Amino acid sequence: MVYTALSTLFSHWRRHPGQLAMLVLGLALATALWSGVQAINTEARAAYADAAATLGQDRLDRLVRADGRPVPLADYIALRRAGYLVSPVISGELRAGDARLRLLGIDPLTAPPEANTPTLQGEDFNLAAFFTAPGLLLMTGATAAGPLPPDLPPIRTTESFPPGAALTDIGTAARLLGQSDPSYLLIWLDQPAHLPPLSTATNLQRVAPEQRADPAQLTESFHLNLTAFGLLAFAVGLFIVHAAIGLAFEQRRATIRTLRALGLPLRSLLTAFGLELAVLSLFAGLVGIILGYAIAAALMPGVAGTLRGLYGADLPGTLSFDPIWALAALAMTLAGAALAGAQAMGRTARMPILAPALPQAWHQASTRQMRRQAGVALALLSLSGTLALWGDSLILGFGAVACLFLGAALLLPITLSTLLRLAQRGARGPLGEWLLADTRQQLPGLSLALMALLLALSANIGVSTMVGSFRATFVGWLDQRLVAELYVTAQTEAEAARLVAYLTPRTEAVLPVVWADTTLAGRPGAVYGQADHPTFRDHWPLLAALPDAWDSLATGDGVLINEQLARFAGLSPGDSLTITPGVTLEILGIYSDYGNPEAQAIITDDLFAATFPDIAPTRFALRVAPTATAALASALRDDFGLPADAVINQTQIKRFSLEIFEQTFLITGALNLLTLGVAGFALLTGLLTLADMRLPQLAPVWALGITRARLARFELIRSLILAALTFVLALPVGLALAWMLLAVINVQAFGWRLPMQVFPADAGRLLALALLAACVAAALPALRLARISPSRLLKVFAHEA
Amino acid sequence: MKLSLCAALLCLIAGHATAQGFAGLGSDAEGFAIPQSPAIFDFPTDHGAHPAYRIEWWYLTANLTGPDGTAYGAQWTLFRSALTPNDATGWEASQLWMAHAGLTTPDTHLSAERLARGGIGQAGVTTTPFAAWIDDWSMTSTAPATADALDALSIGAIGDGFAYDLSLTASGPLIFHGQAGYSVKSAQGQASYYYSQPFYDVAGSITLPGGTIPVTGTAWLDREWSSQPLSETQDGWDWVSLQFDDGARLMGFTLRDSARAPFTAATWIDADGTTQSYPDGALRMTPHATTQVAGRAIPTTWRIALPDRALDITATALNPQSWMDVSVAYWEGPVTITGTHQGRGYLEMTGYE
Repeated sequence: MVYTALSTLFSHWRRHPGQLAMLVLGLALATALWSGVQAINTEARAAYADAAATLGQDRLDRLVRADGRPVPLADYIALRRAGYLVSPVISGELRAGDARLRLLGIDPLTAPPEANTPTLQGEDFNLAAFFTAPGLLLMTGATAAGPLPPDLPPIRTTESFPPGAALTDIGTAARLLGQSDPSYLLIWLDQPAHLPPLSTATNLQRVAPEQRADPAQLTESFHLNLTAFGLLAFAVGLFIVHAAIGLAFEQRRATIRTLRALGLPLRSLLTAFGLELAVLSLFAGLVGIILGYAIAAALMPGVAGTLRGLYGADLPGTLSFDPIWALAALAMTLAGAALAGAQAMGRTARMPILAPALPQAWHQASTRQMRRQAGVALALLSLSGTLALWGDSLILGFGAVACLFLGAALLLPITLSTLLRLAQRGARGPLGEWLLADTRQQLPGLSLALMALLLALSANIGVSTMVGSFRATFVGWLDQRLVAELYVTAQTEAEAARLVAYLTPRTEAVLPVVWADTTLAGRPGAVYGQADHPTFRDHWPLLAALPDAWDSLATGDGVLINEQLARFAGLSPGDSLTITPGVTLEILGIYSDYGNPEAQAIITDDLFAATFPDIAPTRFALRVAPTATAALASALRDDFGLPADAVINQTQIKRFSLEIFEQTFLITGALNLLTLGVAGFALLTGLLTLADMRLPQLAPVWALGITRARLARFELIRSLILAALTFVLALPVGLALAWMLLAVINVQAFGWRLPMQVFPADAGRLLALALLAACVAAALPALRLARISPSRLLKVFAHEA
Repeated sequence: MKLSLCAALLCLIAGHATAQGFAGLGSDAEGFAIPQSPAIFDFPTDHGAHPAYRIEWWYLTANLTGPDGTAYGAQWTLFRSALTPNDATGWEASQLWMAHAGLTTPDTHLSAERLARGGIGQAGVTTTPFAAWIDDWSMTSTAPATADALDALSIGAIGDGFAYDLSLTASGPLIFHGQAGYSVKSAQGQASYYYSQPFYDVAGSITLPGGTIPVTGTAWLDREWSSQPLSETQDGWDWVSLQFDDGARLMGFTLRDSARAPFTAATWIDADGTTQSYPDGALRMTPHATTQVAGRAIPTTWRIALPDRALDITATALNPQSWMDVSVAYWEGPVTITGTHQGRGYLEMTGYE
């Protein structure tokens, strides 16, 4: 019985392959975007976990020098000779052009068991080769595939090691990095019981894993962002499915009636419906997973680039396949299809056996329902505002965004309806009036698709406003910060001294750039020494400052800190900050420091020299007359003999910084476009669904003498009107979203706030895009209408009779 | 990795405490110096490390007694293993070090292990003044400058749940095994340089979970270095150092061979330090009773006979569970001697699977 019902139901799809394609495509798209985003997130999280677990970094404390410099070898030996169980690590990065490789040099003989260093076993593994020059590098196959710096020791591939990194013996790392002192010491979990606490035995600073910058934590906001995008896309995809299933239901009214009249029990019919939906969504889900994997694989290098640029987190640029991920995505698709099909199933269940087999427009406009929706929408919007203004976490920030979206979507039908009614008053002629009235009449059927469009449009406006604001601020900030015309780097301190002597008569100013890596307010950071020079005074805007901050800085009476440090440590001007043990200074002001996830502080160069006597400047910012810049740069290379990459023009730095920036938001742009595409598709399915059902409304107009071609044009116009109105509504929503992203989410996620700027040109482009999408979506139904056979229109009257 | 690495490291170090079958020991000594006969020693230099040779150790075992007469045993060993026959300093050094400490009571046996690389000061041996160390474990000469550096030593080690601190004073000369310190290890001619200081009187303290106990006793230091001590088919050895109540001492070992009869050697040491070396076959060591230790049957009672000295004794483990639970495990503990002679000593057994 069920089989007969099922084969009957499926015959519908045989006759309407286009509809079948739409349903499958809708589900597949929804699954693809959602699962693609999930795949990226899963991959990234796995990479963080791997990285965190490398050398047991997630569990083991470290000993570091307070000023961030390497731990003297003698300190390590002294601790070992005193009986403490610590193990040295020399880490650093090898760079050559674009190629970079992080080296982790360990001492396997003293490494804590928790360090879980990769297996140094194997048939062809030669232990002596690991310990003795030239040594061995262990890395994943993907890392080994390069690009890698030249002149590396032999490479052996291993599993589960962070991308872009190699494990090697500490001796090999010491030779390759030219560093003999350990970067830090790993502390065994269990220390001999008879010894006094480690803190009494050394001046080195003990750092617990949670005090170190954790990429998983830092990048959480980024992944939340991706997830939100994925969910949005999934929801939009479900609109498509809902429309397709609804259409199929309407078209199969007659079939259903016949089946029921032939004695098919309702239960069997519903089972058949359920099975049909399950089979279709299973198939669509599989297609979607393949598609999602492809999307994720295509986006992965961009995501890896973004995360490296923003947070310094290393990800593999490739994607691995996880069956759990695929199953979860499939389950999500089935659940989504069930949700989308529930309405049709419900109506089948309620349909009287002898109901007329005539399709009819889905819902009659129900003013009461729209008013109820509007009430909920207003409540959601005010909740959104409350969360945005008073919420203080990232989750609440996203909650505010979600409420904004939902509220705006629910408000859409009544707003459109009101706008159309207002327009109707001003309409001239019966045709214009009919067009607007008919558009209003169609609203309930199209509202879901229009909501999808609204969401996509406002997400687009919001995100592009945010990115645009970010970019404008960033560029302005770069212009301010990078005022010096040239930046030069000396290889050695001796060369630095010769360089200063050479440059002093040839430039307006030689400003040393010197810094020490240290811990600020418990977080890794850097202290910079800066000369008192108008270059800085005039160009560094302070977000908040004590009076005469620059003068106090010049006399060594205080410190400037970046916005990130101020935000996470809750510091304001007037508070004090310890920049290194024993040196505590008053905070004079706070400067913006976009794109830097770490804490930073600036002191005067004299104070820096006194505080960190071991660090001599080897980098210099040069003030030169702009016209003389090129000549000096080439003189430095040719006459003085500096390597080409040691002399950098400020325009080069700006270009490089902007490249990083653009890459950071590459993903956002791609996802934006995809969402808009899905929304356009939802509109298409909505219109297709309505097309057949609207014949009873169109037939009388046709009978009054309006040609089919004209009716088709009206269809297009109607679609454009709706899209344009939706766009108008999306504008405030998008701007509100942008504000939330900039003032709420950005602050929570990155620790800096950006001034918002509006880009009318972008909005204009988006409007054009939205109208184009509406046009494309309406083209097919309009074309069909233009070519519909008059007999079908006539039949409408026959059926009525 | 730790364990596998240690295993591999031990392969290189091996020898005194490990079984055959480990890589490196049966192979040719490429680039490494080979012990030559006659052995010519130069002290105090030869108390120090010999980086040109693949393996070397400073191996001390002590039979101790507490105030209540309870017998204890202590072991302090520093192994050196060269990856290449050079003596570079800094991280480039290719000399690896491993140390074992053991403390045995009649009912418990505690052990610990340390590993280190050479060249950076974490472990090593100096000759003037003599000191051998790894981390906070050390063996330091307390002898006057005129005496042999090994005449008086201070040794200490700390492990999980135990520690000891012992002062050693020698009452006799250094002893050279085999042909004046050239000790043959197989019929194929593998050999090592091997000398001992078997005449130590000991005073000091041991620390157990229950507290610190003052002890006195005797101790025996072995010094041995080589590049190729075992032949390919030798799969383990049983070694004893025995101190008889009459002041005489005996060193003996049996190298078990899977392809031929075991290879034995012995050195009889009179109370005055006069020695006699015995070639293969003179010493007979026969397992008398076994104990299940760490899942394997280990002979913890031995019948030992040296007919030339009318010696026929039974050596019984003080604690049959004297299992050195380190990277590559072995049995090492004090024994009590009964039979034609009485006394105490140490037994070491390797290569029991």
